[in-house]
Amino acid sequence: MNTTSETPRLEKFRITPLSGPAASSSRPLSAPLSAEIKAAFDASPDGEVAVQSVDVRIPLLEKNDILAERNRGYFLGRGLVALNLVSSPGAGKTTLLERTLDEFGHETRCAVLVGDLETENDGRRLRRDHVPVAQITTGTTCHLDASMIARGVEALDLDRVKALFIENVGNLVCPASFDLGEQVRVVLLSTTEGEDKPLKYPPIFKSAHVVLLTKIDVAGALGFDCALAVENIRRIAPQARVIQLSARTGEGFAAWFDLLRSLVAKGR
Amino acid sequence: MHEVGIMEAALGAVLSQARSRGAQRVHRIVLRIGALSGVDADSLRFAFDAIAAGTIAAEAELEIRDVPAVAHCASCAKDFTAVSGAIFSCPRCRRLSGEVRQGRELELSRIEMS
Repeated sequence: MNTTSETPRLEKFRITPLSGPAASSSRPLSAPLSAEIKAAFDASPDGEVAVQSVDVRIPLLEKNDILAERNRGYFLGRGLVALNLVSSPGAGKTTLLERTLDEFGHETRCAVLVGDLETENDGRRLRRDHVPVAQITTGTTCHLDASMIARGVEALDLDRVKALFIENVGNLVCPASFDLGEQVRVVLLSTTEGEDKPLKYPPIFKSAHVVLLTKIDVAGALGFDCALAVENIRRIAPQARVIQLSARTGEGFAAWFDLLRSLVAKGR
Repeated sequence: MHEVGIMEAALGAVLSQARSRGAQRVHRIVLRIGALSGVDADSLRFAFDAIAAGTIAAEAELEIRDVPAVAHCASCAKDFTAVSGAIFSCPRCRRLSGEVRQGRELELSRIEMS
């Protein structure tokens, strides 16, 4: 038996250790290939694993973004201003809208889409003879998205409507990522929350065109420092218009209605 | 809170790309996530492990690249990278900026498959 022919397949190359300690013989490199790698080698006739690396650059919210642009075009075409109202639960979005509809709503035709996980309570609170209102119940979804708005708008008679208020699900995180097609994003911060909320939830405040500091009538009783809160808003969102108001006393609503009037005039 | 939905969108795009290119296995998925996207990387990983199971991407490595926030300073007419969290203060003139130029990204960047 010829012992020199025992490794004929290694003739092409040779490895000669020259210095340093020899590698321990227990290294597993010569162990049988794992089934997965073997299958990949077998599939490739040249014994090369053809891994494709593909730069795809797909926006993950592409579908929502496209629908949002469509909504925006629809609103612009109708000459109406859509406002997306975002805040923590209980910051006063519905109460703000009640007063807005009862006063501003008589000079300018308004409509409302209101989102919640469950119940039509807010929709019922906002129902007025002079205002088309539709409730969107999202089930488990923590935010409104552009497709919900497109379908919600179909349920509203938008004839002569100049301002569409979209009351988002109470949540300071998720709605930041979802463009609804609104022209104006309004973020509410109430005096029952901390003055540092803008510092804790920067994405939503950074995306705001308008920040409303609400419930200022009870700020004193709560020991809430309005000046500090406004300073924090300005540090995070210097682009935003800030209005302090109280839906109970009506303080600050003149400035809010003036802003709405200028937005409606621009949308025309 | 909606990281599962976002990961589903990412995985859906990965699997359809893999199908259309005849790949049998996905090895690596690269996402670009902006500092202002409002999406948490750990939640994305958790969601990925849950929903990729049983697909050809189940063993894939998920790489999440953070995209820093970049803002524009109108007085210096220059962009700057936001270094300290959420307050965008221009390093040259200290002026605060609300003009975000980068940092909202939520993108499926690259797929490696065979």
